[in-house]
Amino acid sequence: MTPMIAVADLWKVFGPRAERVPGSALADLPRAELRARTGCLAAVRDVSFEVRPGEVFVVMGLSGSGKSTLVRCLTRLIEPTSGEISIGGEPVRAMTPKRLRDLRRRQVAMVFQHFGLLPHRQVLDNVAYGLEIQGVTKAERHRKATEMLALVGLDGQEHHYPDQLSGGMQQRVGLARALATDPEVLLFDEPFSALDPLIRRDMQAEVRRLHAEVGKTLVFITHDLAEALTLGDRIAVLRDGELVQVGTPEELVGAPVDSYVADFVRDVPRSDVLTLRWIVRDPAPGELVEDVPLPHGTVIRDAVHRVMRAERPIQVVDGEKRLGVIDADQMLAALVSHHRQVPA
Amino acid sequence: MSAPTLTRPGGRVLEKAAEADAPRRGGATRRRTAGTVLIVLAVVAYLVFRTDGAPDSDDAAAFRFFDSVRDWVDANRDTSPFFLYGINYVRLGVRLLVDVVQAGLYGLGFAGLVAAVSAIALVLAGWRTGLLAFLGFLAFGVLGLWDESVDTLVLTLSAVLLSVLIGVPLGVLAARVRWVGATLRPVLDVMQIMPTFAYLAPMTLLFLIGEPAAVIATMIYAVPATIRITALGISEVPPTAVEAATALGSTRWQLLSKVRLPMARTTLALAVNQTIMLALSMVVITALIDAPGLGQNIVNALERVNVGAAFNAGVAIVILAVVLDRITTNAARQTRIHHARRSRLIQTGIAIVVVIAAALVTINPESLPQWSAAAPVNDLVGWIELHWFDATEGIKNRVSEFLLNPLESVLVTTPWWLFVAAVAAFGTLVSGWRAALIAALSAAGIAGLGLWQHSMQTLATVLVAILLTMVIGVSVGVFCARHDRLATAVRPVLDAAQTMPSFVYLLPAVALFGNSRFTAIVAAIIFAVPPVVRLVERGVRDVPPTVVEAALSAGSTPRQLLWKVQLPMARGGLLLAANQGIVMVLAMVVVGGLVGAGALGYDVVAGFSQRELFGEGLAAGLAIVLLGILLDRLTQGFHDSKGPRR
Ligand SMILES: Nc1ncnc2c1ncn2[C@@H]1O[C@H](COP(=O)(O)OP(=O)(O)O)[C@@H](O)[C@H]1O
Ligand SMILES: [Mg+2]
Repeated sequence: MTPMIAVADLWKVFGPRAERVPGSALADLPRAELRARTGCLAAVRDVSFEVRPGEVFVVMGLSGSGKSTLVRCLTRLIEPTSGEISIGGEPVRAMTPKRLRDLRRRQVAMVFQHFGLLPHRQVLDNVAYGLEIQGVTKAERHRKATEMLALVGLDGQEHHYPDQLSGGMQQRVGLARALATDPEVLLFDEPFSALDPLIRRDMQAEVRRLHAEVGKTLVFITHDLAEALTLGDRIAVLRDGELVQVGTPEELVGAPVDSYVADFVRDVPRSDVLTLRWIVRDPAPGELVEDVPLPHGTVIRDAVHRVMRAERPIQVVDGEKRLGVIDADQMLAALVSHHRQVPA
Repeated sequence: MSAPTLTRPGGRVLEKAAEADAPRRGGATRRRTAGTVLIVLAVVAYLVFRTDGAPDSDDAAAFRFFDSVRDWVDANRDTSPFFLYGINYVRLGVRLLVDVVQAGLYGLGFAGLVAAVSAIALVLAGWRTGLLAFLGFLAFGVLGLWDESVDTLVLTLSAVLLSVLIGVPLGVLAARVRWVGATLRPVLDVMQIMPTFAYLAPMTLLFLIGEPAAVIATMIYAVPATIRITALGISEVPPTAVEAATALGSTRWQLLSKVRLPMARTTLALAVNQTIMLALSMVVITALIDAPGLGQNIVNALERVNVGAAFNAGVAIVILAVVLDRITTNAARQTRIHHARRSRLIQTGIAIVVVIAAALVTINPESLPQWSAAAPVNDLVGWIELHWFDATEGIKNRVSEFLLNPLESVLVTTPWWLFVAAVAAFGTLVSGWRAALIAALSAAGIAGLGLWQHSMQTLATVLVAILLTMVIGVSVGVFCARHDRLATAVRPVLDAAQTMPSFVYLLPAVALFGNSRFTAIVAAIIFAVPPVVRLVERGVRDVPPTVVEAALSAGSTPRQLLWKVQLPMARGGLLLAANQGIVMVLAMVVVGGLVGAGALGYDVVAGFSQRELFGEGLAAGLAIVLLGILLDRLTQGFHDSKGPRR
């Protein structure tokens, strides 16, 4: 299957004569030293990844790690310094301004942290903006915009102005606006960071629901691990512009590649994320086990009941393959310790 | 006017002043020593080399040169391609514009125009403003000045149309294209310090006297504000909205027309407001180059020393200023409010019907009950002359004897090269060598124009006026900053003062002090004190409350707080006020040439009316510009002493 988005060796360097940095000796310097030597800031360093159609791909990292820059490079809102990007199989960096505009109009839409709504337009005309600049007739674009507003739960608010809505509602408008042009890819740049925690949770549920309903490819930027874990099919962790690890939530929590990622995930209740395969042990020779095995994909928490009540260890299987056994000892260790030792 | 305040935001300047503190401290003692040495040197040089201050010749090389330019232009106006295909078309175009506007306004007739202005005010700015506009325009009829008021309005609107047509696109470009902004900035800087008088003579040379020259001069005077405020508004549009619109695939043109311009609309409305106020103030002055309107009444009345008649026209100008200002400021405010579209459409529809109906009605404005301010004001002036003569003469003579005369005689008897050297030396000390170089070149230019005595007389008047302005302005400003109640009471007065056309300020000064040099000083003070008060008040109020709190908790008395904390920390605001004040004072002192201030201002006016004095008038205009640049550059450095502005 061809990936929806493919990024290879992407660099974005801000500063004077930025193009000399990628591929030279300078490229290996740490961020701070590069800055001191050349005055250039490498916001995105040699990043490669692929996003499959229909996937929710989350990019996570501390503030300043280059997340916004990375996502803006995808549609060249920020012009990359070097590297390859393709969307739907088409190389983005080779596009003419006209083709690029078309990509932004029809294929890729974006939702912003600070909404970016136009204060002088009513909600309806904000949502219809993308269609308006494509030359869609007024009746048609208003019909479509009304439909989108209903989809995000804002029916009846069409004729309000953005400043008359709460933050959460404004972001719903932003969402409706992005959906209105029926794009294949939606990019979210920390869309809920400016919202209250309760509303944030609502909105996350909303995104999950929309993803299930309309089935688009989502690239979702966040600095909030809980958000990343609930939404992401896969998560990419960014540090100082570099990709540190890309993997499923489970891989990140179960096998962080270094202390940076480990630090990120240390407060995650492991039993909520990890599956049984992470805590199996080898059976002792001749050990007796329960009759009914557990599938390896079971989340630890969901197996607590059975394991704790069982008299003997339970086998964990992947189809026909036996991965090992678990008993109360493994279970308790997983439930109690959130803080796993950092691998060397 | 508040345009310069807007375009040189105090925040930026204050910031710079704060930055400048650190490196300056080390050099402070050295600078002080250098300053003392320079002063001693200058005094000694003056005592050794002073001249007897010979009066200016009326046949300087510069005058003859300008006369010959005028003669060449007169001879070639109908043959040179520069005029045939350039200037003359501009003149015809502007004439056409004026004629169209004029036909429109006169075509409406008295009732129609009153109805139209009220309706526009009502729809754009609400019913209160509508009522104000209605009463204001009726008042023109009552004052017996209907035609003159309409003429002034015609010229103002024409100039505003031109300014907006030229200024808004330039402002957008200046905000969006870096090199355009960088090129325009110094040009606008110079244009904004040019005193109104300086524009007039070159305009008559190119466009002859009359409406086109008046409209173009007015446009040149007003357009810097249009450009600056538009650029400010466009550059303040939040980048997030622009980015979101870009991400949806907007073209550059769509970004401009659907995002940037609509989002900047409140600031754009303010730009129009400032343009109108500046234009009105200039249109009145163009009476000197034969433009019709209320300015004519003032100039004629002042020539006959009929303060009452001038005052009557002054009242009409003030009313026009207030009505236009209220309409545009409230319209700007309304852009923030979201209206139901339908009710707005209905309102507009009704308004149009009423205006058409009114335009069909013929009412002669002279049939209104007539009232004129002339007689009562003349009575009052007579009474003042009778009863206050001793007091006003006392003040006038005291200031002349102890300030003006000594300063003037020192300046006039200073040899020009010593003056240039002193400007260069002190300029370097306070403003950096670049500003000093420009200032010194301006000084040398003044000497070269052959108007040394008159220039120095004007300079002396300006210096005395700015001294008094600063004393009054700083006292009132500090007082306002410390007494909230007073500040609230004074603010509307300051607001009103800043919307008045400068010409109007002559009238109370003339009423009190008759025709004299001192009258110009008083007018300049009345003109320049309001902005100085504002800047000083803001400077003092901007002192961080934590610092004030710390000083109070250390046991400072209010007086110590003022002198040791608030004033030193408000230095940026004070110096900016001095810089703004001095430019305004110069403009007014020059206008004072009309009411007995003599010197450069008088030369300019004489140049318009007497053919053989044309060259001298033009030279005087140029001298005024150079004086303005000199004063601005020297004081600019006050608040940016690390070096010249970029
Ligand atoms: N236009 C720019 N010019 C220079 N540096 C920039 C620019 N935009 C972002 N940066 C820098 O790039 C780094 C990454 O920024 P950003 O992508 O916004 O991080 P994040 O979104 O992860 O917080 C930051 O250090 C930021 O200061
Ligand atoms: Mg960001």
